[in-house]
Parts: sequence; C-alpha cells; structure tokens
Amino acid sequence: MTFLVSPVANPGPTSPGPTLADFGHDPLWISIIKAVFLFVFLMVGVLMGVWTERKLISRMQHRYGPNRAGKFGLLQTVADGLKMGLKEDLMPRKVDKLLYFLAPVIIAVPAFLAFSVIPFGPVVSMFGVKTPLQLTDLPVAVLLILAMASIGVYGIVLAGWASRSPYAILGGLRSSAQVVSYEIAMGLSFVAVFLYAGTLSTSEIVAKQADGGSFALGSLNIPLPSWYAVLLIPSFLIYVLTMLGETNRVPFDLPEGEGELVGGFHTEYSSSLKFAMFMLAEYVNVFVVSGVATTLFLGGWRAPWPISLWDGANVGWWPMLWFFAKLVLLFCFFVWVRASLPRVRYDQLMHFGWKVLIPLNLAWILMVASFRALRVDNSPLVIVLMAIVVVGALGVYFRFDTVLQRRREQRAAQEAEEFDQLRDQPTAGGFPVPALDLPHYHGATTGLNRKEVPSA
Amino acid sequence: MTGYFGSYVVVAVLLGVGVAIFAGGLLANRLLRPDRPTAEKLTTYECGVDPVGEGWAQSQIRYYVFTYLYVVFAVDAVFLFPWATVFADPGFGLTTLVEMFVFLAFIALGILYAWRKRVLTWT
Repeated sequence: MTFLVSPVANPGPTSPGPTLADFGHDPLWISIIKAVFLFVFLMVGVLMGVWTERKLISRMQHRYGPNRAGKFGLLQTVADGLKMGLKEDLMPRKVDKLLYFLAPVIIAVPAFLAFSVIPFGPVVSMFGVKTPLQLTDLPVAVLLILAMASIGVYGIVLAGWASRSPYAILGGLRSSAQVVSYEIAMGLSFVAVFLYAGTLSTSEIVAKQADGGSFALGSLNIPLPSWYAVLLIPSFLIYVLTMLGETNRVPFDLPEGEGELVGGFHTEYSSSLKFAMFMLAEYVNVFVVSGVATTLFLGGWRAPWPISLWDGANVGWWPMLWFFAKLVLLFCFFVWVRASLPRVRYDQLMHFGWKVLIPLNLAWILMVASFRALRVDNSPLVIVLMAIVVVGALGVYFRFDTVLQRRREQRAAQEAEEFDQLRDQPTAGGFPVPALDLPHYHGATTGLNRKEVPSA
Repeated sequence: MTGYFGSYVVVAVLLGVGVAIFAGGLLANRLLRPDRPTAEKLTTYECGVDPVGEGWAQSQIRYYVFTYLYVVFAVDAVFLFPWATVFADPGFGLTTLVEMFVFLAFIALGILYAWRKRVLTWT
C-alpha cells in the first residue's frame, strides 16, 4: 500500500489548512506511525545534519571535510555513532552516579518532544484516513515548545553538577545562565506573533499566514505580506538571534570554551553513547528552533511566493517538501554563521541579551499592541497612548544614554590619569611597566636608521 | 485519543516512548560495550592534569542573580501570552491594552531597577 495523494474535499488554493478542531481524531495506529516518523526523521536528520554541517563548513574554509567513509563521506557520522555506541564508557569514580546517567536523557527527550507540535503539512489522506501532517496540536503548543527548552536546561545543569569537576560545573552554570537569558527574549519575540495570530496553536498560526489581508489607508487597499517574518521583522530578527543563543551555537557557543572550560558541562563524558546523546540533543534543538522559525515566521509548510501561484502547491503531500526546504535553508544559515563569525565574550553575551534584546522586545510589543488596537477599534485615544509610549520609550532611552555617556567619560578620564601616573613612575602599580608611549608604537622611525640586512 | 485531553495524552505517550528509546539505547550500550576499568581510567579528567582536592572548587559564580530575574520574566511572559491571544477578540479593546501597558511598565521598572543597581554588569 502506498501513501495516497488525495487532498481534502474542495480545498482551493488558499485553503488555510487544519485548525485545532482537526486534531484528536486520529486512530491509535496513525498516531504511532507519526510518532515513529518523528523519531526516524530526527535521527536521520541529525546524521545528515552533522555531515552537511561538516561538509559545508569545510567548503567554506577551502577544505574537503569528511570524504573517507562512504560516498562523499556520507557514512562518517554513522561510523562515529557506531563507535560511540560500542566503545568502553568510563564513569569517573567521583561522579554522582544517578544524575550523571540521567542528565543525557533529560536533555535529549524534551528536544524530541518539542517536535510533536511542529506542523509538517495540511490534512492528507494516510491509508484512507484523513489526518493532518502533525503529530498533535494543543491550544498552548508554543508554550509546550518553550517549556521543553526550559527542561533541557536541567540536563545541562545536572550534567555539570553530577560530573564533580570544576570545569564541568562552571560550564554548566554558564550555559544555563545563557539559555535562560535568551529564552526570555525568545518568548517575548513570540508575543507579537500571538497578537497577530490570536492563538498559540501552531497549526492555526500557519493557517493565519495563508493570507496577509489588506490594510485600508483611506480609500487605498494595501495588501499586507502574509509571512510574519516580513510583517513583524523586528520580532523575527530578535528570534533569529535568540535561536542562536538558545541552542549554544556560534557566535554564542560559550558553554564549550577550550581555553577556559575544557569541554564545558560534558567534559567528564568521555566519547561514549552519553556524549553522543548530548550532541544529538544539540542538533535536535537546532532543528526545533528552525522548525519554530519556519512555523511562526516563515509561513510554516506553505509554499513561498512563486510556487504558491500553482494551485496544487499547498495541498496533499507537497507542503512537506516546502517545510523541509525551509528547515534545510535555516540549518545552512546556522552553518554559515558558524563559518563567518567569531564568538562573543561572556559578559558581552549577557549584556546583549538583557540590555538590548529584552528592552527592545518590550518596546516593540507595545508598538505592535497599539497598532493592533488601532485596527480593532479606531479611537483617537489609542493614538494618544501610542504617542505616550513612543515619547516614554525615547525618554528612557535618552536618559540612559546620557548616564552611560557620563560613565564612559568618567572611565576614560580615570584611565588617562592612570596612564599619566604610570608614565611618570613605571613602578607605581607594584610591578614594572614598560614605557607606554614609545615613539615606534605610533609608527615613528625618528632617530632610528635601521637598514634591511640581506640574508646570505 | 479523543476529547480535550487527547492531544495532551499523545504528548505524554511520546514522552514515555522517548524515555524508553533512550533508556533502551543506554541499556543496549551497557550490554555491548567492553568494560575494563582501571584506577587511572576512573579519575576525573578535568583538564588532563591529575585532579587536586575534592571534585568541586569554590569559585565566584557570575550572573547568579539573573536566575531570579529569569523567574520574574518567565512568569511575565506567560501572562503576556493569553493576553496576546484574546487581545483582538470582540469585547476586549482599549481597556485590555491599557491594562497590559500598566503590566509591562511594571516589568520594565523591574529591569530598570536591576540595571540601575548594576546587577546586569560583570561583577
């Protein structure tokens, strides 16, 4: 028996797709098929993802990358996985045995669970049963994804704690501080989407992106873009940054600092199956955040513009292809970022998360909410409120700016004073300091008449 | 698998399946792998040098106050979600907007306070 391509009755090219009401009717065996598919998809996805990342990044760095095991090195990850599954596992004597064992499970399982609410496609006919291409959907689906991300943090903290190694615990704490900080900004960047979609259910958010509607400006009807990535571009940009931070990827890959933390929270997990599970969870998390980006901002499984002109683009099994294409492109974006950017410093990371992303997000939510209110009930009071918000936000910003500017000037003056003192008495700081202002630091060659001596 | 909680049951079952798969994987790994421990193998790795003293070392944890801030903000975000969901429905309008502005102002005040107290800097 084969999967039948049979769309729902009279779907039409702009059928918005399944809603919450379409879920909860699956027979048990359909749910089992979908769950098995999810696990197989994510496992194979991780195998292929690791290979893609290594291959892509090596091409970006003018290397070949893995090319020994199998054609194009395709079997490299399989070989690594088999090795990790079959080699001796060391459990150091001092570790907390139970938590050391549990941590990889706690980090890997929620990563898989988050994928249960990601929509892959519309309602299709699977062995004669009409069912949406999504394991399940909840009225609080996006909240479930955020909750799973939070539970994953427990795995990180417990792995660091149970290892009983100073580097592991430092890495674990640093990693959890980073993930929780970026999670807040991530949650706030969703609020604007909810304001427009009016629901937390992933399938309905995708349905809401089917058609952007139009904005009436006087007698002019301006069609709005249907993807929230375009409509709510600040939210999307903030989400893209937080998804890099949330999954501990470059440029926010601080949990593993070779020079300062050894391997971070998984230092004590020798290259065994447990270590493989940490890596697996990391890649599955990348897929989860990419899937969320696709669903919430990039139109989900719906075809992008030129393809969407074709009537059959958004029905049947085709949408799965568009979804995978978006997922793969986002994954390639992760690799591209990794090949291009250096990592940031820890305090820069926290500074960016708390002092830039969160306040920006709050201000943006206020703006979006006011704008929505203006469309819901068109009263002059909303405009007054909007003006107050803008003026207030600008006022707070300028106040901070002047305070920060004053502090910066103070610090610069202090440093200049210190330099003056050290120039006068090089040993004043308790240890000898070389002269800080030698002429050749400034490119001067006065007094020196060096000549190149030809060798040999 | 029907009814309001049907979808939640699916998630719970998937949780069970996930735990079973990973626990099963670790169990299979235990049966398949060689196991020849020696005292040297079982020392903590740390950074490659023989470990000194107890496993944990005292050190200053930066940014631990952020975890408190996280709790505050996570709860706030959860309160924002239902508001954002019903915001445009009939019966909610300007009043909802103003109420949420007041709520957001309180949050903003919280982060401004932490900022002013220099909690958000490297200490």
